[in-house]
Amino acid sequence: MVAKSAKQEIGQRFLVAFRDAGAAEVAPDILLDAATLLDLYGEDIRARAYLATDPVRGEVVLRPDFTVPVVQAHMDGGAEPARYCYLGEVFRKQDHGDTRPEHPRDNEYLQAGFEVFARDPEADAEVFALFHRLLSPYGLDAAMGDMDILLDAIRALPVSDARRAALLHHVWRPIRFARLIARFSAPVEARDLPTSPAPWTGLRTGSEMEARIATLEAEPDAAPLPAIWRDRLMRLFAIDAPAPLALEQLRALALEIPQIAEAVERLAARLDQLAARGVDPAAIHFAASHGRETMEYYDGMTFTFTAPQHPGWPPIASGGRYDALTAQLGRGRAIPAVGGIIRPGLVAELEASC
Amino acid sequence: MLKLGVPSKGRLMEDTFGWFEARGIKLSRAGSDREYAGRVEGADLSLVLLSAGEIPREMAAGRIDLGVTGSDLVREKLAGWRSDVRELVPMGFGHADLILAVPACWRDCENLDDFAAIARQFRADHGFRMRVATKYHRLVRAFLAEHEIADYQLVDSQGATEGTVANLTAEAIADITSSGETLRANHLKILPDALIHASQATLFASLQGDQAEIDRFLSQLQA
Repeated sequence: MVAKSAKQEIGQRFLVAFRDAGAAEVAPDILLDAATLLDLYGEDIRARAYLATDPVRGEVVLRPDFTVPVVQAHMDGGAEPARYCYLGEVFRKQDHGDTRPEHPRDNEYLQAGFEVFARDPEADAEVFALFHRLLSPYGLDAAMGDMDILLDAIRALPVSDARRAALLHHVWRPIRFARLIARFSAPVEARDLPTSPAPWTGLRTGSEMEARIATLEAEPDAAPLPAIWRDRLMRLFAIDAPAPLALEQLRALALEIPQIAEAVERLAARLDQLAARGVDPAAIHFAASHGRETMEYYDGMTFTFTAPQHPGWPPIASGGRYDALTAQLGRGRAIPAVGGIIRPGLVAELEASC
Repeated sequence: MLKLGVPSKGRLMEDTFGWFEARGIKLSRAGSDREYAGRVEGADLSLVLLSAGEIPREMAAGRIDLGVTGSDLVREKLAGWRSDVRELVPMGFGHADLILAVPACWRDCENLDDFAAIARQFRADHGFRMRVATKYHRLVRAFLAEHEIADYQLVDSQGATEGTVANLTAEAIADITSSGETLRANHLKILPDALIHASQATLFASLQGDQAEIDRFLSQLQA
């Protein structure tokens, strides 16, 4: 057991490093309005965050992460470019299913974070290199992904707009995505949807249903997704190698899916920028599907640093680009944003076991 | 002496008494109908009568050693239930299915894939996530998460859940049903591939009790 004060001390060390990297410290509220988070994350947040009711404010939530309040604070009046850092507790419920593990995860733990809001093509490399440098003493595995490349590949598929939209929506949900791909890859038989004698009930309207039925009726006319395209997509999702080798594979695939070439070259530039900042790209593991396991609002680079000797642990640090989140919270206004968090508590455990 | 908790009223209590009687143990209320103490003949047990909904918690806390309640209630009320109790015998009555139901007029909704697609469309059309009314939050959320249904939210409904759709406070419901009659009366239909849990009355044992004594009692039941 590492004392909380020791974790706090390590957190302060990262905070100082983030300030030295040019960030202004912010201290968001612990008690946040629930509505924004519920809309963004859906039911997941209820399973993971502590909700409470305030007689005046309504539903409130104990801060489950810093990203949303930091983005909101920036959108409310931050000047660009901006770099922010923070250190504080986050609160997470840990519901483990049928059996509780012997050592359940913490319900409250520290996060030290660094976020960049800037239209700067080197911002991804800046954040990754900073985290890499701060964590280099701990022998962690660095992994990177890039949702941009996957999303561009899906946009390139020769399918109807409706099918493309469904695939883009569900790319973060592997089962649902696989079911859609399977359905779109075979000829669709016309569905017999018998009319119901039941009277209409509920808020969904008849015309909303008719709109969906029209989409379903158009399905049998749609050409199935050609096997070659399904294969290209699966080969892309499977790329998992040291970054320079992954880049080679991606460039080869870009000859078949030209629409990803631009995003692949952005990755190449990022790797060059990292090398210039002293990070060896060969030491970064690039997995094309890395970002599919993260939060839905990471829509560009994603990264994690994990401890190889503790496979059961969550990442020691994680982050990525979340332009879509700023667009969602900015109501039309969007700011390119990238950042990440370190868990000082886990770093303290690592230091204690050395 | 082992302490047994049994639902304090209704069909569930009568069926439980009948089930034990068939195994040579006579349970009864002590004194009047309003008293929640019980009498036991034919076994070294003490009987307490409790609300079925409280029995899981009482077992988890170790205040009773044995309990009869619905398998749905144990799963819903105890996070990590296998760490608190063990399932001794499914009792063969009190059958009820926790299901997902949508308006019967939704002729484009025949399975969970349709449900997922409609939720996405609904969210885009209405600007909020499609609402599913239930009191079984943990079970329903775990089921929908396992099937990767997005774009929905749960709204709490502790009673008359079938009415929430007509009242426009939910678009779908997840509730216990045995015959489906209330669903039909409220113009709802069950999604056939969304059976969340098939519940029945079950005899459970607290893991905090004397397990050897519990096992001896169990073999008396099975003799």
